[in-house]
Amino acid sequence: MTAMTIAFASGKGGTGKTFISTNLFNALQSSGLNMALVDCDAEAPNDREFLREGVFQGTCAVTQKVPVIDKSKCTYCRRCDEYCNFNAIFFLEEPPTIEVLEELCHGCGACSVACEYGAISEKDDLLGYVNRYRFSTGNELIEGRMEVGVHVSVEIIKAAIKSADAFDLVLLDSPPGTGCPFIQTVYRADYVVLVTEPTPFGLSDLKQSLAILKEMGIPCGVIINRADMGSNDARNYLIQENIPLLMSVPFGKEIAVAYSKGELVTNLNDDWMVKFTELYHAINKQFEAEI
Amino acid sequence: MELAIISGKGGTGKSSISAAFATLQNEVVLADCDVDAANLYLLFSPVHDEEHVFVSGHKALLDQEKCIHCGICVDYCRFDAIVENKHGVSILDTLCEGCLLCSRVCPYGAITIEEEDRSRYYAGHFKNGRMVYGRLAPGEENSGKLVSKVREKAKQIAKESGIERIIIDGPPGIGCSAISAITGVDAVLVVTEPSMSGVHDLKRTLQLTAGFSLPTSVLINKFDINRELSTEIEAYCNENDIEVVGKLPFDPVVVEAMVNCSSITDYAPDADISKLIMHLCNKIFTKS
Repeated sequence: MTAMTIAFASGKGGTGKTFISTNLFNALQSSGLNMALVDCDAEAPNDREFLREGVFQGTCAVTQKVPVIDKSKCTYCRRCDEYCNFNAIFFLEEPPTIEVLEELCHGCGACSVACEYGAISEKDDLLGYVNRYRFSTGNELIEGRMEVGVHVSVEIIKAAIKSADAFDLVLLDSPPGTGCPFIQTVYRADYVVLVTEPTPFGLSDLKQSLAILKEMGIPCGVIINRADMGSNDARNYLIQENIPLLMSVPFGKEIAVAYSKGELVTNLNDDWMVKFTELYHAINKQFEAEI
Repeated sequence: MELAIISGKGGTGKSSISAAFATLQNEVVLADCDVDAANLYLLFSPVHDEEHVFVSGHKALLDQEKCIHCGICVDYCRFDAIVENKHGVSILDTLCEGCLLCSRVCPYGAITIEEEDRSRYYAGHFKNGRMVYGRLAPGEENSGKLVSKVREKAKQIAKESGIERIIIDGPPGIGCSAISAITGVDAVLVVTEPSMSGVHDLKRTLQLTAGFSLPTSVLINKFDINRELSTEIEAYCNENDIEVVGKLPFDPVVVEAMVNCSSITDYAPDADISKLIMHLCNKIFTKS
């Protein structure tokens, strides 16, 4: 089969991305697919809380280059400061002061190019890790995990997704929001599943996510979670815009309690197993219809 | 007093709590700092007094007529945003971080820089005071900087209007926008829920606020979904000298209020949950 990458995203946080992606992964474990789930929510990675059976395979540090200024060579010409578009060089004329503000640095290397006195070298700064866990099926959970205090998770997300290159089916559990971490996740997806909830907040964020995916030209479908707790506005919107509704999950105490304990509903009973297997078929069908 | 409400994990109830706290004030400045997914304006329909353009960054643009395909820019770009193939050289918008280095190294002046100026932030008034919120345009970067802008504006308004309380509805996560939302505030309230993921993210969030030495307290929302874990959260907070300022039960009326575009305390002021929130709000604001 040809490789396929499916991302699970949502504008609003807490709508059920992790719930859907971990259960889908679990439901497909016995299908014989060569599959990886990548936890791209590197700021708050939670997939491992639900998929504890995977055996730790190893970790890989994700680093970024940051400049180091040799003050004995620096002439305080300020060229590096002019080149830096991220305000990561702090410069003061009197008394002559120059410092690197590492948390603002993107590691672009512009300051090194700017410096004509060889005063700038670079060191590696730790951003986070990519952890791998393997299941008896040969499938893997690949987790991006940002170090606390680091500002931007994008490089960790890129590294985590790259680690899943060898798999035929890759599921991406996206971070919330519509900013750069979300963009970097869905950018690599063939199909995006947006998980929403039927509240005005959920709908507003759904519309925003749909607009971006449309602009990027990535086909997508929607899952409404806690479908009975709210209004019909989201459902009506999907009909009106002709966007496929892939699955509706009602609110249930059973789900909430299982989720809180870090348990998968697909392990509770066969009904859920069937529902999630059907979800995979629905996604495939929609994807094929799109291409 | 400037209070920031954050959570680490999304969907724990930050916005519901922020909305309730805001509508319990006579006069407040409410800053919606979840700039990726700003939602509070949906509840309060503020009347806009100000609209500001936010330049979130830059993007490189290639002039194909000037480009001679020398590949120098490709070598310098560290974000793999410039690709060279049989059709020539092209810049991938999604990967470009706007560092401008390509435009500086191009010997032929073929790369120009465009400002990303589609993001906005607004200031307005609503029934309980003033409101500031940012809206990051789809796919634009620098949400942390936009959060800072929203907070600056909120502070300016508070100062000019003599309003003492600023409530910040923060973003999920612990990255740049969350860091910008809490830097230098008087108090942080972390809203959590008793789930394995909630606890995991709570610990990371508390690690973050401790790193900045910010006075932090914790609210356990929907505590009755898993009482055992709620007790564990309390024990963890106790051990780390962090106050659990309150516990709220799960109540579907909170969702009902949101569906009706209202804060829970406005929608059902006599409900038990509203009374608990009122008590909690007093406790937090009278403490400092």
